[in-house]
Amino acid sequence: MSSRDEILASVRKNLPRVDRPLPDVPLFDDGPPASLLSAFKDSLQQMGGVFLDPPASGDMLTPVRAKIADAKIVCSTAPEIAGNRDVAGVRKPQDLADVDFAIVRASFAVAQTGSVLLSDADLHVNAVAYLAQHLIVLLDPADIVVNLHHAYGRPEFRDRRYASFHTGPSATADIEGVLIHGAQGVRSLSVLPIARAAGNPTH
Amino acid sequence: MPKLHIASIGIEKIIPRLEHLAVFVRLLSRSALGSPVTQYTSHFRGPRSGGEMHIVLVDNGRSEQLGLEEFWTSLKCIRCGACMNTCPVYRRSGGLSYGATYSGPIGLIIDPTFNQRKYSNLPFASTLNGSCTNVCPVKINIHEQIYAWRRVLVERHETPLAKRAAMKAAGELLSRPAAYRAAIVAADVALAHLPRFVIYNGLNAWGRHREVPHPPKQTFHSWYHANRGGKQ
Repeated sequence: MSSRDEILASVRKNLPRVDRPLPDVPLFDDGPPASLLSAFKDSLQQMGGVFLDPPASGDMLTPVRAKIADAKIVCSTAPEIAGNRDVAGVRKPQDLADVDFAIVRASFAVAQTGSVLLSDADLHVNAVAYLAQHLIVLLDPADIVVNLHHAYGRPEFRDRRYASFHTGPSATADIEGVLIHGAQGVRSLSVLPIARAAGNPTH
Repeated sequence: MPKLHIASIGIEKIIPRLEHLAVFVRLLSRSALGSPVTQYTSHFRGPRSGGEMHIVLVDNGRSEQLGLEEFWTSLKCIRCGACMNTCPVYRRSGGLSYGATYSGPIGLIIDPTFNQRKYSNLPFASTLNGSCTNVCPVKINIHEQIYAWRRVLVERHETPLAKRAAMKAAGELLSRPAAYRAAIVAADVALAHLPRFVIYNGLNAWGRHREVPHPPKQTFHSWYHANRGGKQ
């Protein structure tokens, strides 16, 4: 008998005799916020993230360009803006250790928690979202779901190998209860609301 | 970042459906940190291109635990740490003092399922105040299981001889109020007058790293009798 069969047999033998059918979990979406974008903005800021207000007219990427103006190494996987480190040329993830700014587009975002979903299709090399000093995320306001229950209905969880919710910058309060940003990952996370360019639909 | 990713996971972590994950992700961070979600929540369906991913599902006594009527619900634990953060014992002693993988209130009821003899002392390190049970997001009756483990361990003689002898003597004494009061007075007098080497020696584990508290001049019972005697 394989160890798998042994475990399954033991589970069957010891299963508590309780009659509990699989529950129907509701989507908890009664009374959604009037604006998903402003609800997302509030949640993001609560978790230490930065919301970049888009300019009323002109170049929508102005806030991003201002942020990266003095950066040495910028790695962008978003077609809207170019960096100076091509992610396609990265041979091993460790080579991204010196990146100052990474710019990526989120698959979608969650208003309830202020999270952005970054998948392997968005990042190309997963490590870019962790090794960069700062992360700038482009988000189409049409790609915001109301809460995590809706989020897990999205196709990304069925067709991407890797997908991760990022909520604000890296943070830990494990030691002495003091909140530290950027100890294990990016020191800042900024989100700019900007529609996907025509011809760049959802992956 | 290495190409090889091995995830070792207890079988109790498996949930029925992907859509149920939202419930657990929300519960976890809310109960651990009071935040709506953790900074990073990663989902792996397969290895990254050119890499390898292996998932090892570990039983290690968990399926047998499922058959323990009084204790199987401890398998519901999602490791949020809420019981530890609220526990008066854990908050003062810290995780290392438990000497086991799982510390805090949940450790008291999980650790003996792995090794009853080695962790026989843990269920006794509790005041049974029930704060852990109150905060547990998955409703494990932690303090009741701590109490149940004491009974099981004593019945199976997994407790040390000295503890059994002491508990037996304490039981005899506590069932006779007059004898108990006389013993307290005698102990207070003895503590005040005995030389240090009698109190601080290998037989008294409580005096090994700390000073024994100063004995009071009179017992609460005699103070009450003197100050409130006759008045109910």
